[in-house]
Amino acid sequence: MKRLLSTLALCGAFGLAAAGAQAAKLDQIKSKGFIQCGVSQGLPGFSTPDDKGNWTGIDVDFCRAVASAIFDDPTKVKFTPLSAKDRFTALQSGDIDILSRNTTWTISRDTSLGLNFAGVIYYDGQGFMIRKDKKVNSAMELSGASVCTQTGTTTEQNLADFFRANNMTYEVIAFATNDEVVKAYDAGRCDVLTTDRSGLAGERLKLTNPDDHIVLPEIISKEPLGPAVSHGDDQWFDIVKWVYFAQLNAEELGVNQKNVEEQLKSANPEVKRLLGTEGKFGEGMGLTNDWAYRIVKHVGNYGEMYDRNVGPDTPLKLARGVNALWNKGGLQYGMPIR
Amino acid sequence: MNVPAEPFAAEIVAVDDHTFVRREMQAALPPPRRQVGIIGWMRENLFSSILNTILTLVGIALVLLIVPPLVRFLVIDAVWTGDNREACLAPGTGACWPFVKAKFGQFIYGFYPIDQRWRVNVVFALGAALLAPLLVLSWPGKKLNAFLFFGVYPVIAFILLTGGNINASAFLLQRFNLIRPLTGDVTVAGLNVAFWADYILTAVGAGLGALLGNARGLARAVAATMLVLGVIILAWDIDFGLQPVETRQWGGLLVTLVIAVTGIVTSLPLGILLALGRRSKMPIVRLLSIIFIEFWRGVPLITVLFFATYMLPLFLPTGTNPDGLLRALVGVAMFTAAYLAETVRGGLQAIPKGQYEGAMAMGLTWGQMMRLIILPQALTLVIPSIVNSFISLFKDTTLVLIVSIFDFLGQLRAAFTDPNWASPVTLYTGFAFAGIVYFLFCFGMSRYSMFVERRLDTSHRH
Repeated sequence: MKRLLSTLALCGAFGLAAAGAQAAKLDQIKSKGFIQCGVSQGLPGFSTPDDKGNWTGIDVDFCRAVASAIFDDPTKVKFTPLSAKDRFTALQSGDIDILSRNTTWTISRDTSLGLNFAGVIYYDGQGFMIRKDKKVNSAMELSGASVCTQTGTTTEQNLADFFRANNMTYEVIAFATNDEVVKAYDAGRCDVLTTDRSGLAGERLKLTNPDDHIVLPEIISKEPLGPAVSHGDDQWFDIVKWVYFAQLNAEELGVNQKNVEEQLKSANPEVKRLLGTEGKFGEGMGLTNDWAYRIVKHVGNYGEMYDRNVGPDTPLKLARGVNALWNKGGLQYGMPIR
Repeated sequence: MNVPAEPFAAEIVAVDDHTFVRREMQAALPPPRRQVGIIGWMRENLFSSILNTILTLVGIALVLLIVPPLVRFLVIDAVWTGDNREACLAPGTGACWPFVKAKFGQFIYGFYPIDQRWRVNVVFALGAALLAPLLVLSWPGKKLNAFLFFGVYPVIAFILLTGGNINASAFLLQRFNLIRPLTGDVTVAGLNVAFWADYILTAVGAGLGALLGNARGLARAVAATMLVLGVIILAWDIDFGLQPVETRQWGGLLVTLVIAVTGIVTSLPLGILLALGRRSKMPIVRLLSIIFIEFWRGVPLITVLFFATYMLPLFLPTGTNPDGLLRALVGVAMFTAAYLAETVRGGLQAIPKGQYEGAMAMGLTWGQMMRLIILPQALTLVIPSIVNSFISLFKDTTLVLIVSIFDFLGQLRAAFTDPNWASPVTLYTGFAFAGIVYFLFCFGMSRYSMFVERRLDTSHRH
């Protein structure tokens, strides 16, 4: 018994020592030399492998921005493709440093699941797509419709809430994978296809005649998608948060990948503080003072990141909408750097 | 009729002038036209009864229904060149082959760094070069060949694929430090002194112990094992200057083949041992074999993979985090071994008792009896079932997608999400390609098994 107790005590001491010895995330990352970034197993525009096997997408670019701020090198990221089920486990177990996987910021995830959301990379929301020849112009006219959706997602729940709240009947036709949903809708097995609006833009590309379909104006759920880190390391949380704000501020101040070298000579105090020619804001986070300059140089500002991956010139053709800057009628608001 | 030529015949004719005696065989008439040639063959094989006629007509209708549209989609209407989805958007286009072409590298290598892919090619080529002569039964030098393929090749493949230099000695030193005082990280020429001192002392100690216990065979076995292990550890410790590539970056056909081949190669000997164990007269061996087999047969493969990936780390001490692919590999090998064990047991039971008794009467030991008499016959009997297991193992590898390992099919699904290639036909093209690839592998295995069966089927046909 005595031996058992001493063993237990020893184990306890070890546990404590281990907890105390655990280095700050930033130091760990600096010593291992890369960021481990959790992304999706493939979502158009957010994280998807390109022809050369490089991960691309807005979620991916954000991880590259964080890597640029720390290492001055956007390639110092390793990506872990995660399914929706194991994404939180991977973050909690320390398997990944950032979860940048189109994850909706909700209270349960932010609190009881132990996540800290750094910001909203993309304000999304669930929408409906329907054939033009159905002559429906509003989701309120959808009573009695059959709706195609994916099983086991919040999409199904939102759908039920919306139709119940508006006293409408509907029939749900659910499939296990996204591809099946699209094929079923394309084959006319249901009247309406529902998923997040960014997803609708991606699915539309797979339809036989994309122009025969419209996306209805109603958005029936709020899906603020953003990168998250786990509880317990405020410095790391701050860095991820301010990488996001720096990208927003850069867009607001007109600093972009092309002109960032000239902007280093700018007399504008806000630009100077952003690019680190004035003040020591980077060092306050454990980074160098030119951290934001590195981000813009390697990845660009928020607008560039958006346009490159999901914007009007990409196959997805998503307009900025609510994701425009606050002074252009959108919701993206970068906290001031000073 | 004919005027008899021989004198003997003339005599007979003389006796009775009106008797007709045929003196030579009449030439056979040609068979009725309806029973020879194409018509006859068709009558016999396709339209021999009403039921068969109906079945034939249905079959022809099905072929006509399926094949022309398939050919039209895959070949005639297919798009062969293009840089992005624009090429495949025209209405009525068939398969979008440029998509497969653009993603081909990923289908084969996954996220393996492009400038390192030659290493995978070398592993593939070496594997094919060693496997081909092993499969041709008449080729000489089977023993050397088998040793190279099963013994040397895995070590080389491991070094080439991962980059080697995994510091196995330091890892082992942490876990099995047999002689406590010898810890430390003093290295000479990159080799951990403490580990090798420990290793050699252990080997010599074990060998001497066996010798003193007057077990010369055991001592030899210990020496051989320690030598082989030592060479492997040494090979994995040397820095060959290859860039390390973690298994996270592996994917595509590479992962499919790694899992399938490792599964096949490790599960067969394990399965044979388990089958022998289950039929053993030693109660503990038998019980353990039964428990092992029934446990692994009782759980679905998907559960095994899930458990190995997400539950196992919770039980292991922190810091021990075996590689994800390795965990999947072990899971698949155990799972297949349990199935193979039952297959082999079926073969063992089919061997008449006389064979066992005959072997024993000859004075063979149990090992000799199994190796020389029983197993060759038993395994020959169950070749179809064994290959069946291998084929289903090959196809079951796709389940590793569940645990975030991108095998061939997983890579394909990831490629579907690329907005640059999203089109109505991308999905069909991808699956058609996957179907062709899987078919080639599985069909090849099945034909080879039939060939081996015919070659070995020298004795009793029942």
